[in-house]
Amino acid sequence: MESRSRHFKANAAASLANPVLQANLKTAKGKFVDKRAISIKEIDDFEGSREAAKNIRNRVLENLDLWLEKFEENATARGATVLWAKDGEEICRHVAEIGLRHGVKKAAKSKSMLSEEAGLNLALTAAGIRPIETDLGEYILQINDNEPPSHIIAPVVHKSLDEIADLFHQVHKTPRKTEIPALTREAREVLREHFLTADMGISGGNFLVAETGSVALVTNEGNGRMVTTLPHVHVVITGIEKVVPTLEDLSLLMRLLPRSATGQSISNYVSVLTGVKTPAELDGPEHLYFILVDNGRADVVGSEFQDMLRCIRCGACMNHCPVYQTIGGHAYGWVYPGPMGSVLTPLYTGLENAIDLPQAATLCNQCGVVCPVMIPLPELLRKLREKQVEKHLRPWFERIALKTWAWVAGNPPLYALGSWLGVRYLKWLAGGRDRIPVLGVAPGWTLGRDFPAPEGKTFRELYAKKKGR
Amino acid sequence: MNSREDILGRVRAALGRDAVNTVAVRQDIDAVLAARVQGPRPAMPTDLAALTARFAEKSAVQSSTIDRVANLADAPAAVARYLKGLDLSLAAVIWPSLAALDWRAAGLAVEARGAVDSDMVGITGCFCAIAETGTLMACSAPDHPATVSLLPETHIALVPMSRIVPGMEDAWALARAELGSLPRAVNFISGPSRTGDIEQTIVLGAHGPYRVHLVIIEGE
Ligand code: SF4
Repeated sequence: MESRSRHFKANAAASLANPVLQANLKTAKGKFVDKRAISIKEIDDFEGSREAAKNIRNRVLENLDLWLEKFEENATARGATVLWAKDGEEICRHVAEIGLRHGVKKAAKSKSMLSEEAGLNLALTAAGIRPIETDLGEYILQINDNEPPSHIIAPVVHKSLDEIADLFHQVHKTPRKTEIPALTREAREVLREHFLTADMGISGGNFLVAETGSVALVTNEGNGRMVTTLPHVHVVITGIEKVVPTLEDLSLLMRLLPRSATGQSISNYVSVLTGVKTPAELDGPEHLYFILVDNGRADVVGSEFQDMLRCIRCGACMNHCPVYQTIGGHAYGWVYPGPMGSVLTPLYTGLENAIDLPQAATLCNQCGVVCPVMIPLPELLRKLREKQVEKHLRPWFERIALKTWAWVAGNPPLYALGSWLGVRYLKWLAGGRDRIPVLGVAPGWTLGRDFPAPEGKTFRELYAKKKGR
Repeated sequence: MNSREDILGRVRAALGRDAVNTVAVRQDIDAVLAARVQGPRPAMPTDLAALTARFAEKSAVQSSTIDRVANLADAPAAVARYLKGLDLSLAAVIWPSLAALDWRAAGLAVEARGAVDSDMVGITGCFCAIAETGTLMACSAPDHPATVSLLPETHIALVPMSRIVPGMEDAWALARAELGSLPRAVNFISGPSRTGDIEQTIVLGAHGPYRVHLVIIEGE
């Protein structure tokens, strides 16, 4: 997927000015947050579990090369083929080749963010393979002219029931339905046909288990099970950072992932898939491929941003983010929105291509508090801001302003004079009121709020007066 | 250079990999895999009756319905009762491993095979069941086809009380002890399939079953 993160400011402004989107964001707001808060109480030692989850993820990342080799060895021993992809283009090439080898005409896809990173659907179509998204949310986006998702767990959180009802009516050419169960059944019937006729299933992977060479897939709808049971070829596309050591580690992470994501104690279906079907088995794929993807990840290993690779893609950070709640996911411009996206997008697509994303946060640390693998998101955002300044990527007026500030602040008499003038100017602006409705030198600041008026003396003056008493 | 070597090469360089630490870390990895350390776990009842009650309670939270019978031989009648109560089809596809039960005496017409699209009712057993979350663990095998719990609109599972374990960790321990290596597909199933994609409103029956009914077998 091509990144539009460079245009964050314009995207965000458009989102704020879109009344339909604003209403839909309001509907969604808080639902996941409340459910999560209730469900984490079922875990006796939630903080201890977060700590353990962090350690599990760190253990692998600290020796990622050898854990990957272990996974590869065990997966291969069970008849899977392990392929590697440096970037999205190579993912597409691998999948097209696999399709050609097995005579694939139609691929049923369960949700895979990597496939979004790669823009896989376009490449499949070009290779003569028809891709069908089968997660209800992703399906809705696909039939709406391949619209990108706006949330990693709830891809159509930005759409209302009404909009979806219209879309189904137009695309399926059926009478317009307004009940959610009826729309869900309509999609089920359309997609069931595709499950039964697809010759390839494509899925992401929530975790790769090194001990057994398995992929763990988590879904509620059952589409993950369908695409890994019915077609005769199954392709797993997943990032190299997804390895966990043992099934015990998987068990612990599965206590945290669904609770952090949707507030469920467990997702409806957790499938742990290992190798290909045996000749006597009645179902399951005869061919299993893993595509292990770099696409920017390898260069984060060993860097000051390595903590970010612990991410288990639960979405809690965006559900709790005041910025995400206000502008929605599309404004972030690439595959991953919210705080995790503001860190991942610059790391994977280049700092210069996502210049405003590290700024798209209030650093309130809601995200850091809820992250089940304890990723210090605000700290990482701050480090990215530092990097931008080091690389001279910030705009010239910001650089000059900061330089001027540093010069003034390093010169005490000048600083005293500046602040002496400043408070008097502000007091004059307030004109006797306790707040300033329009800030003279920076009117943008007071567009949506007032500025509190100072008392008319600087801290230094008050301090000197008090000392003198 | 191929991509595998390129990717792993950069990771190795970033982590300072050399011949000496490779040997040491490989040993560490084998030790971690052998130790199978468990993380913190919620407290669970220890006696089977309380564990079963917990399983039933959590299954209900997952929107499954629950029945209990004394013995395995009573299961077909309980299944028939459930299907008639909801006016559902009395024809079902079953796991071949359950073919020896007397389904016909209970008025059911069953076929032991993998499921197809037109099957309305699927009847399975389970490898074990997890009390912590109200979850079934199904292991694929020639006589346990995975489609039976997936394609039909109604899924009925027979759950022997003796196979209810506290948590997922215990389920893995049982699989290692009894099966050796993992089967192709281990499916953990917690109630009927669902989606919340439209306006975060939960609807049952997305791509898999609309309803899951559990028959707990208390005795043999
Ligand atoms: S950064 Fe943490 S909270 Fe955000 S998606 Fe990743 S794991 Fe979840």
